[in-house]
Amino acid sequence: MSLFIAFISGILLAIGITVSGMIDPAKVLSFLDLSGNWDPSLALVMVGALSVYVSGFAIIKRNKAPLFASDFHVPATKKIDRPLLIGALIFGIGWGLIGYCPGPAIAALSTGSIGTIGFVATMIIGWFIARKVPLA
Amino acid sequence: MENFTPFSALFGGALIGLGALILMLGLGRIAGISGIVSQALFNRNDRPWRLAFLLGLIAGPITLSLFVTDLDYSTPELTSTTLLAGLLVGLGTAWGSGCTSGHGICGIGRFSVRSIVATLVFMCAGIVIATLFH
Repeated sequence: MSLFIAFISGILLAIGITVSGMIDPAKVLSFLDLSGNWDPSLALVMVGALSVYVSGFAIIKRNKAPLFASDFHVPATKKIDRPLLIGALIFGIGWGLIGYCPGPAIAALSTGSIGTIGFVATMIIGWFIARKVPLA
Repeated sequence: MENFTPFSALFGGALIGLGALILMLGLGRIAGISGIVSQALFNRNDRPWRLAFLLGLIAGPITLSLFVTDLDYSTPELTSTTLLAGLLVGLGTAWGSGCTSGHGICGIGRFSVRSIVATLVFMCAGIVIATLFH
């Protein structure tokens, strides 16, 4: 059952990413680029996602455990530390260069685009390097 | 603002929120895409559900294209900028413990201060870079 839940969650996220337009890096850039023909759509993607998640999470929180697992896994750390800030900064720079964050890039793999595949390949290399060289 | 698509943005966003919610309700997990997919690749523990999630991510647009035939979106050219961007996104999301989904939706959605700060930082960085370079 846990495999099915995870699969459905992945499918819904990717369909949402596609329907909302986030899968299109040109559209993402037209939100991030304030100088051109600005497109505020992406702000509404966050509004839509957060309205559903915030209201649903408030209800789920009352459960003692998830339906198909023993515990909730929610990050305990509250520290605003260097890795968080530097990591977010580096991620934002990469996002602003092309308009891809991890979800849309992975969802677009099925297009077979060589540019998308290249992006995902170097992203995986980045994950690998960061695991070997943790920021302190 | 002629490219503004408020309804599909809100509806697609709601689906993203629903997908993330199902993972929390069913498995008690944060739907952070960078975290789940990188762990699926590099962590032997708890691998099956993460691989199922990754499979869902890839299958989503294929499933949608069975029902909606006029899906149209751009993909980047294979350039050194594309490869550099991928590397930076990989490094940054691993060091910063999350991306748009993990920090931007799930983190902000549970009012995590860490995620709110991270989202402000990557949003601002993305806006500065995109505005300067495009």
